[in-house]
Amino acid sequence: MKTKELQRRAVLKGAAATGLVALAASWGLIGNLAHAANRPQMAFDADDVDGTLKALFGENGIQDSEAIVVKGPEIAENGAVVPIKVTANMDNVESIAIIVPKNPAPMVAAFDLQPGVVPEVSVRIKMGKTSDVVALVKSNGQIFRGASEVKVTIGGCGG
Amino acid sequence: MSIKAKAKMTSNNNVQVKMLIKHPMETGQRKDSKTGELIPAHFVDVVTCQWQGKEMLRAHWGPAISKNPYLSFSISGPQAGDTLLLTWHDNTGKSGEREYTIG
Repeated sequence: MKTKELQRRAVLKGAAATGLVALAASWGLIGNLAHAANRPQMAFDADDVDGTLKALFGENGIQDSEAIVVKGPEIAENGAVVPIKVTANMDNVESIAIIVPKNPAPMVAAFDLQPGVVPEVSVRIKMGKTSDVVALVKSNGQIFRGASEVKVTIGGCGG
Repeated sequence: MSIKAKAKMTSNNNVQVKMLIKHPMETGQRKDSKTGELIPAHFVDVVTCQWQGKEMLRAHWGPAISKNPYLSFSISGPQAGDTLLLTWHDNTGKSGEREYTIG
């Protein structure tokens, strides 16, 4: 009798736990999944360029391309606000990623573009010190790279 | 934390979107100058632009986007009078959205 009672309790406990998981999924997790869709989190977590590129593109090769123009100030007096414009003069651009190799975490941003969106984005970014600003563009399944150096007078990551 | 944006037709029949989000974009590395304690990371991690119920652009951001983030981009297809929906979400789960009529 005692064993049966214990078994019944175990079953009830299990059912309650399953219910909780289902609730968590319906409230929090699904919302998280929607906002996190396609997010290259591993790339944001990487603390060096190799790790960032691997997280973004795996073992795929990256080709330098003059069709990618990274425009920023030659000298940024304030590294906390550095305006950057990336233009990819190519067709079928699926994504544009921006990385700053010398930042403590190089990954800055990634943009997923649907057909119709002009492959050009402007943002303002933080730079810890003088560094290249690198744009990685995925087009027709291939990955291309363009870069431009920005000299930083006062870094904008600490404080 | 709020969005301000403009969506305007340009001469080449694209709509140009310029947006500013009011947000602290804390990296999690900065120390409070009075207490010496780390200020927790607080940054916008996703921005989207939707047109006719379809997501056109999705920006994945980390804390290296500047405080009060600025973003501009252009789309061909939408016309004057159409509406664009701009949304943002941050790493603490806060979010917001606003509709803009293309002028």
